[in-house]
Amino acid sequence: MDAIDAISTRELPAATDDGPVVHLDGVTVVFGDNRALKGVSARFGRGAIGLLGPNGAGKSTMLKALLGFIKPTEGRMTVLGIDVAERPMEIRARLGYMPESDAHIPGMNAVSFVGYCGQLAGLPAVDAMQRAHEVLYYVGLGEARYRNIETYSTGMKQRIKLAQALVHDPDLLFLDEPTNGMDPKGRDEMLELIRDLGHKKNVNLILSSHLLPDVEYTCDDVIVMDKGQVVAQGPIAELKGPGGRVFELRIKGDLPGFLDVLHRAGMECTSTDLDVMRVFVPDRLAQSGIGNDQRALFALAAQHGVQVRHLRPSVPTLEDVFAKAVGEE
Amino acid sequence: MPIHDQSYRRYRGGKAMPGQAWMVIARAGLVTMIRKRAFLGLIIFAWVPFIARAVQIYVTANYPQIAMFAPTAETFRQFLEQQAFFVFIVTIYAGAGLIANDRRANALQIYLSKPLMRSEYIAGKAAILFAFVLFVTMVPALLLLLLQVMFAGSFEFLRKNLFLFPAIIVASLLQAMLVTFTMLALSSLSKSSRYVGILFAGIIFFTEAIYVVMLAITGSTKLSWLSLSGNLAQVVDVIFRLKPRYATPWPVSLIVIVGLIALAISVLERRVRGVEVVT
Repeated sequence: MDAIDAISTRELPAATDDGPVVHLDGVTVVFGDNRALKGVSARFGRGAIGLLGPNGAGKSTMLKALLGFIKPTEGRMTVLGIDVAERPMEIRARLGYMPESDAHIPGMNAVSFVGYCGQLAGLPAVDAMQRAHEVLYYVGLGEARYRNIETYSTGMKQRIKLAQALVHDPDLLFLDEPTNGMDPKGRDEMLELIRDLGHKKNVNLILSSHLLPDVEYTCDDVIVMDKGQVVAQGPIAELKGPGGRVFELRIKGDLPGFLDVLHRAGMECTSTDLDVMRVFVPDRLAQSGIGNDQRALFALAAQHGVQVRHLRPSVPTLEDVFAKAVGEE
Repeated sequence: MPIHDQSYRRYRGGKAMPGQAWMVIARAGLVTMIRKRAFLGLIIFAWVPFIARAVQIYVTANYPQIAMFAPTAETFRQFLEQQAFFVFIVTIYAGAGLIANDRRANALQIYLSKPLMRSEYIAGKAAILFAFVLFVTMVPALLLLLLQVMFAGSFEFLRKNLFLFPAIIVASLLQAMLVTFTMLALSSLSKSSRYVGILFAGIIFFTEAIYVVMLAITGSTKLSWLSLSGNLAQVVDVIFRLKPRYATPWPVSLIVIVGLIALAISVLERRVRGVEVVT
């Protein structure tokens, strides 16, 4: 309890134009014996921020704690400069939440549902209905807005969840796995919408996803979580970093032994599919005499007596950052 | 140009202060139920006893030869007792799905991500059932009292039985609170409105059956507090200044009713959450 009090007296930054829209300071959430969040400290700046991590990393728990659904056992959180523990209603009035699971109000058609959500958020009935029509067109459900939601496909249900999160024009959007269950075309359209919101409509958003390409396409910054902890955070471009080159490599021969050689040489390897691996060759190896290009890999393969069957230059992706951050091999 | 580039714009209008969302929930719930023809038929049918009583009041006020059928204070008590059947049906029809359907559709996280507290959500849902129950109990009973004054052309009956006005209100409110909170609590326990309806009916009949069995064994009505409807009947008798029908002290019945309402609120407090945590 003393620890909590000590934290709560600390000053947290307000959401000024430059300040973070969300700030967590040593937040711990415990469910029984399971520590879903372990002293998480993070700052979400303005714009589109990705919250990346494998299933069970604590992403949804973090969003639900920020919404006030779950009370942390330790730590302090602010959203838009407002303390979550003190004024949750004020936060929710300025926030839109798109939950991960299917969610709707039973027995309503799309326009009634979205209008109803607008009224719940405080919009007058007439404005709520007008906004409902607008956002339904925006998310691509204009033609289906008088259909009962229970007849919608999975992709349409995802869109309606986005519409209800947008209807009251929030300052901040929480999107929890927004492309779940969508077909490739629908997924692309949803990502386009999210990108448009974050980059052209100036809506601050936090996109929680375990899908690296989704985050990479829609967000500028990312916070990577694993096992209830933040393992990396920063601008995606910076995290991907210019400090090395990436190659796709497939060999024939003693794979474990060759991996050991690469590691000893200062290179990092992650598996992709089947027998193809991605090898990160840091720039610093150029000065060490090993080299930082494909010739270094050929040389090491020749020394170790393995055949290089496939070698192709690639570019560092968020996947490399993710793999590095969560310690995958 | 994609269509979404044409349509989204920022909202510049005003917003209501938090604290009014329960009215939005209540209004939407009432409209949704009234739009159902079967429910509307039920509500209209629930007013048939009112018409019969109104005819009784009119005839006895205008034909002195059948004055023995003239309404007394007990007539109004009997009317509310008759309406208990419709209260039971309306409670199951309108109440069973109030929270259960939201739980089935994961709507709670939608509701609670908006600027409304859990108590507001519960208040909005309770207001729906509360309004319908009062519409088939308090409203017709008070109208009957008004009709009595109008048909008799004097305030004499009302002056002699002035307690009827608060008695009808208090008895109806107590009944409405009991059934509303009991039903909401049950509705929060399941995702199936059908199951909730069966559970509610089961509780009513099961508690009554236990009491009847105990009555047969002991030959005394002292255990009427075991019956949900028995407790309500006992307290309402007292409210209408009638001799209580059971040997159970009426404060015991009142304590059981208040205890049940408190238990129901406690269940709602635990079950109505934005996230279901399984540890």
